[in-house]
Amino acid sequence: MTDAPVIEVTGVSKSYGGVVANENVSLTVPAGGITGLIGPNGSGKTTLFNSIVGYHPIDTGSIKFKGEEISTYRVPQIARLGLLRTFQQTRIYSNMNCIDNMLISIPHRRTGFRDMFKDRADKPTLEEVDRLLDFVGLYEKRRLISGDLSFGQQKLLEFAMALMNKPEVLLLDEPTAGINPTLINGLIDRLRRANEELGITLFVIEHNMRVIMNMAQTIYCLAHGQLLAHGTPDEVQNDQRVIDAYLGAH
Amino acid sequence: MEKFNPKLHLPILVFGLAAPFVVPGLTIQVAVLWVMVLFALTWDVMGGQMGYNSLGNIFFFGAGMYICAIVQIAFITDVGAYTASNGGVRITFTHQEYFMGLICGIIAAAIGSALIAAALGWTVFGLRGPYFAIGTLGIALAAGELMGTWEWVGGGGGISMPVYPGSADGKAYLFYFLCFAAAVGTYLFCSWLYSTRFGLAINAIRDDEQKAEAMGVHTLRYKTIAWAVSAFFLGISGALFGNITGFIEPLEVAFPTVTFGIFMVAMSLLGGKGTLWGPVLGAFLFHFLKEFTWTYFLGWQWVALGVLIIVNVVFFQQGIMGWLMEKFPEKFGIVVEKKEAAE
Ligand SMILES: Nc1ncnc2c1ncn2[C@@H]1O[C@H](COP(=O)(O)OP(=O)(O)O)[C@@H](O)[C@H]1O
Ligand SMILES: [Mg+2]
Repeated sequence: MTDAPVIEVTGVSKSYGGVVANENVSLTVPAGGITGLIGPNGSGKTTLFNSIVGYHPIDTGSIKFKGEEISTYRVPQIARLGLLRTFQQTRIYSNMNCIDNMLISIPHRRTGFRDMFKDRADKPTLEEVDRLLDFVGLYEKRRLISGDLSFGQQKLLEFAMALMNKPEVLLLDEPTAGINPTLINGLIDRLRRANEELGITLFVIEHNMRVIMNMAQTIYCLAHGQLLAHGTPDEVQNDQRVIDAYLGAH
Repeated sequence: MEKFNPKLHLPILVFGLAAPFVVPGLTIQVAVLWVMVLFALTWDVMGGQMGYNSLGNIFFFGAGMYICAIVQIAFITDVGAYTASNGGVRITFTHQEYFMGLICGIIAAAIGSALIAAALGWTVFGLRGPYFAIGTLGIALAAGELMGTWEWVGGGGGISMPVYPGSADGKAYLFYFLCFAAAVGTYLFCSWLYSTRFGLAINAIRDDEQKAEAMGVHTLRYKTIAWAVSAFFLGISGALFGNITGFIEPLEVAFPTVTFGIFMVAMSLLGGKGTLWGPVLGAFLFHFLKEFTWTYFLGWQWVALGVLIIVNVVFFQQGIMGWLMEKFPEKFGIVVEKKEAAE
């Protein structure tokens, strides 16, 4: 069932005080693909991600992950279901080295009491760490304190940590923001490979139109908290409302 | 877990075992040094490794002290009657009564304190940053006041502890070695704990708790266990300390928030929080300086300690171990590693 949605958002609204950040948003993310979410700054993209991963309660609506209603679950619970997110403001454990950042990012789905006191790593886990750090090009820096890495390297580390967690679905909040333009193609390639080779469904917020048009099969566009349009990259790119929203915002 | 390192561990072991025989006049001071090592190590589980700066950990020292006293007394007589006479009836304990009571008391102090910590964890861990610090301080302060009103355990008048059935020297040796063993046990436990996933998890919570939650880490579980671990060993230290002083009362002895309660923090910061050896080093230095100033600068001792703490937190926040790690990162394995070299 490749086309069955893994995420179903239905009629979700969320306000901060008087600011309506999301209004009656409905969308679906099909399993196995790459879905994009675009929209001008402040259009409510991050808010929608936060709602999906349980960061805050939603005002109305329903959010389902593989058919299960998750809108009342807490953040760690949802993460353990295999629905993971990265942050727009990159977040890593900045006083720990890269290896330790990776080791604590193993899946916690079935962590029992005794698992909490196991050795930090067994051989297969360490091999996995090395492989993934190599995949994002951080192998040589694996023993450095992660907070000392450049911003772009920290973003790559955060991505590798997410892969270490073996999620089914990964929500990426502006993965290319702040990354050196010469490195963006490499990152896009890695995102694609994570999708194709590891089978991880991606749901990507992206400000850079060129990037998302190249990657996603389906794109949703938000403006002023409301869903404006959705379709294939071509359809969305040529949608007058989308063009207006972007022009209007600039 | 750290391997046995003769250059590092052996001198400390020899010092610990020989001290009461080499400098018998200082047995109690050195015993208190081991209590300080335990204080700093247990504070650092929370403050340094997990980033939760508790100002109220001394609460578990007092809790352990009272739990142990109650168990020791209850072993042979009614607690209420014993405390009501307040030293009036001098009950003599036989060897067997005393030691059975002491052993059970220490065990109960450790487990009881850990259970109290677990129960409190559900409420205090809703607090972050300065609110957590003040919230925990509030617990320790309130405990001192509340114990003062609880007549069954002697109220503000305190409790005269069961008298050791033997010579004064015998008592000093016994409690010296119990303190030493408690400190070594705490050190070994921390050393093991930090080598497990648990160590990684609490470090992750320290660096970014929201990130850890977003990655599915059972943060509340780890935090609660970390606090219970601190409380377990602090409970033991309280049980021993109460017996060493021979008299316990709530404010000065059991819940000394502004002395021992602050020393714990100061020692960890001095040696370098978030490291295994920092708190040990900090405790040695701090205790030495404290004894030194008390002996030679009496009247100025608080000023001297205050200056030390200020210099530490203003100019030297990373502490001694943190400074060494910055200065010699390669000695701590913080290096760029070429791929070929490793394969
Ligand atoms: N925590 C918050 N408190 C109050 N307002 C917020 C908060 N987070 C976002 N907003 C507001 O909600 C709107 C949508 O923000 P956001 O979801 O971050 O947009 P985007 O990610 O599309 O740039 C903005 O007007 C923003 O100012
Ligand atoms: Mg955003």
